[in-house]
Amino acid sequence: MTQPIAPQAADQGSADAPASTGSRATMGLGLVVLVGVVAVVLLGFFGAPEDDQQRDAVRMIFVHVPSALLTYVAFATTALGSVMWLWKRSVWWDIVAHSAAEIGVMFCGLTLVTGSIWGRPTWNTYWDWGDVRLVTTLILFLIMVGYLSVRSMGDDDATATRASIIGLIAAVNLPIVNRSVEWWFDRTLHQKSSLTDGNLEDLTLFTLVLGIVVWGLFFTWAMIHRFRIGWLERELRSGDLHEAIAARRAEALIDGHFQSGASS
Amino acid sequence: MLADIRLVAAKDLRIEFRSRVTVSQVIPFAGLVLVLFGFALDANRPVLETATSGLFWVTVMFVATMAVQRSTAIETSDGARRALLLAGVEPAAVFVGKLIAVAVQLLLVELVLVAGVVVLYDARIESWGLLVSTCVVATIGIAAAGSVLGALVAGVRARETVLPILLLPILAPVLIGATRAFDDALGSVAVDGWAWLGLLAGFGVINVVLGALAYGVLLEET
Amino acid sequence: MVGPTTVEAGRAGSVRWVPIVRLSGVVALLGRFPALAGIDLEVGPREIVLVQGPNGAGKSTLLRLCAGLLRPESGEAEVLGHDLRVHRAAVRRSVGLLGHDTALYDDLSVVENLRFWALASRVEEAGVGPAIERLGLPSRLHDVAVGKLSAGQRRRVALAAVVVRRPQLWLLDEPHAGLDQGGRDLVDQLVTDAAHDGATVMLASHELDRTVDLATRHITVAGGTVTSDSPGGGTGGVDDVG
Repeated sequence: MTQPIAPQAADQGSADAPASTGSRATMGLGLVVLVGVVAVVLLGFFGAPEDDQQRDAVRMIFVHVPSALLTYVAFATTALGSVMWLWKRSVWWDIVAHSAAEIGVMFCGLTLVTGSIWGRPTWNTYWDWGDVRLVTTLILFLIMVGYLSVRSMGDDDATATRASIIGLIAAVNLPIVNRSVEWWFDRTLHQKSSLTDGNLEDLTLFTLVLGIVVWGLFFTWAMIHRFRIGWLERELRSGDLHEAIAARRAEALIDGHFQSGASS
Repeated sequence: MLADIRLVAAKDLRIEFRSRVTVSQVIPFAGLVLVLFGFALDANRPVLETATSGLFWVTVMFVATMAVQRSTAIETSDGARRALLLAGVEPAAVFVGKLIAVAVQLLLVELVLVAGVVVLYDARIESWGLLVSTCVVATIGIAAAGSVLGALVAGVRARETVLPILLLPILAPVLIGATRAFDDALGSVAVDGWAWLGLLAGFGVINVVLGALAYGVLLEET
Repeated sequence: MVGPTTVEAGRAGSVRWVPIVRLSGVVALLGRFPALAGIDLEVGPREIVLVQGPNGAGKSTLLRLCAGLLRPESGEAEVLGHDLRVHRAAVRRSVGLLGHDTALYDDLSVVENLRFWALASRVEEAGVGPAIERLGLPSRLHDVAVGKLSAGQRRRVALAAVVVRRPQLWLLDEPHAGLDQGGRDLVDQLVTDAAHDGATVMLASHELDRTVDLATRHITVAGGTVTSDSPGGGTGGVDDVG
């Protein structure tokens, strides 16, 4: 069992693999996130007032909206990382892209589930096809699951290239997906953007913003850990390369029976 | 460049028709799907009429995955992919050539499907212009997205199962748009089909450009 | 180890040694596996190089690298004057590679296949006829789908595809495999003629007794490196330039 507090950070690049991907910074960050989540839950469930029409269901907003926002942040990061890999062959960006995709899929799933749960008591349906954003998010979820599927099939440069192209295709096609779903239904049941409305009570607004901030910190915390894992994996692999080359060259000596060069 | 496109498209089409898979397997499959839908929907004429556009394009989606798989398989059997690189053909030309070949096959299937829905689902076509235009434009977009993803999964194991997972979500706008345009062409719903055609054209352009750019990387690196 | 002093005579007795292939410490990966783990090799014009080695030693990978199909992970690699790290694509049109697979379309006929590859390579279509003849393919086979041919016949068609390209560098991976006696003699003749016409040939083969007299040089590849390099019995195209 590794120690929870490991003072060496993975980015020291030492020859020994660190005991964990944690560091002072992530410990502190994790703590803040934990406190933040508790605060949001308390405020959201007990502090903020009910909505007259939606009553308690509106409390989903404190999880749903931040999740949705962070989903798009995550996938935008993946798109950017994909471009940087294709353009500059940047390993750093490739790991970022992969990490962001994994975390993004998680947030995306959360968005869809909370959106669905929210919808049921409010609009009496688990899934509203007319909800443009929800449908677009679903399609995005499916595409990114495909991205992760391709990623899982290999760990070499070719896999990174393939996944990056999927990321690019997804990013470029997303506006069209959104537009097509928008046109599909002239009206949407989806809650109009609550933030810009200005109709929210002060405490609700505060809790919402707090939720977004806390989720953002959570995203950062998760990204750091996931990135470090990815980085360590890469280090392991390139360390392997030198050993692999040596092992490969050694093969020449093993084949003692082989005559070198035909003499005539 | 144009010569290369013609060369690759002609080669793919010649192989396809030589092997007769399109005629003897794919088209019957498409027809069969229409019949199965008829069974499933209890041969309920009003329901079938409303559902015609959707059933048509869902069938096309399935056929498209088959067509793209075969198009990719042509190159992966026996190292032709490597030979294409070696020959120095422009990757973008290979992409467009293969795209055209896939599109031609899909259009052939759609021709049969139109006949099928007229006969089986009692479809009345109000606007032939819109119908044909939709078929052409949507098909180009489908073939473009399919061809680039086909090349992407070419080197991956279990590629037959992963291609639909990747392709179908990307094609969602085409399914939505083509279905609505068909609704207009069949006179079943009051929508502006031509506006949807514009969206389909946008999809087509974007994915052709994207594919042409990405194909080179895929051929080289994967 | 430097190869034999193949020289290209310049004017008035000055000599220049122009390497066709120059590899120094080249590492090449297949996925994550270092198929080539430090190759040092120089090949001059008109040489016929026999590449020997156990299975899995990296012979095929070496040939593919020289064809410009692989990116060198590290080391210096130059083929026909092009740096493989940056200009791989430029090398390809001047080489002809015969791999283990035939790169032929099963549903197309012999003629259709060769015409396609000729046009794709921007080579004269007119060369197809002579190439088919050269490879001894009877006319009754010309319009037969490649998929219906025997393995040996397919191999001949694949060789014809290389012949049609008239490459400067021939890279043949086990060219004799699957061929009958006549076919093997044919390959030897092709190789000799190519060198005489000014091309360079590298062939990987297990057929030692046959190629021993053919090659101007024998190298052994094992464990992804060149473990031996010695002159061979043949003179290749070198005798033409003294």
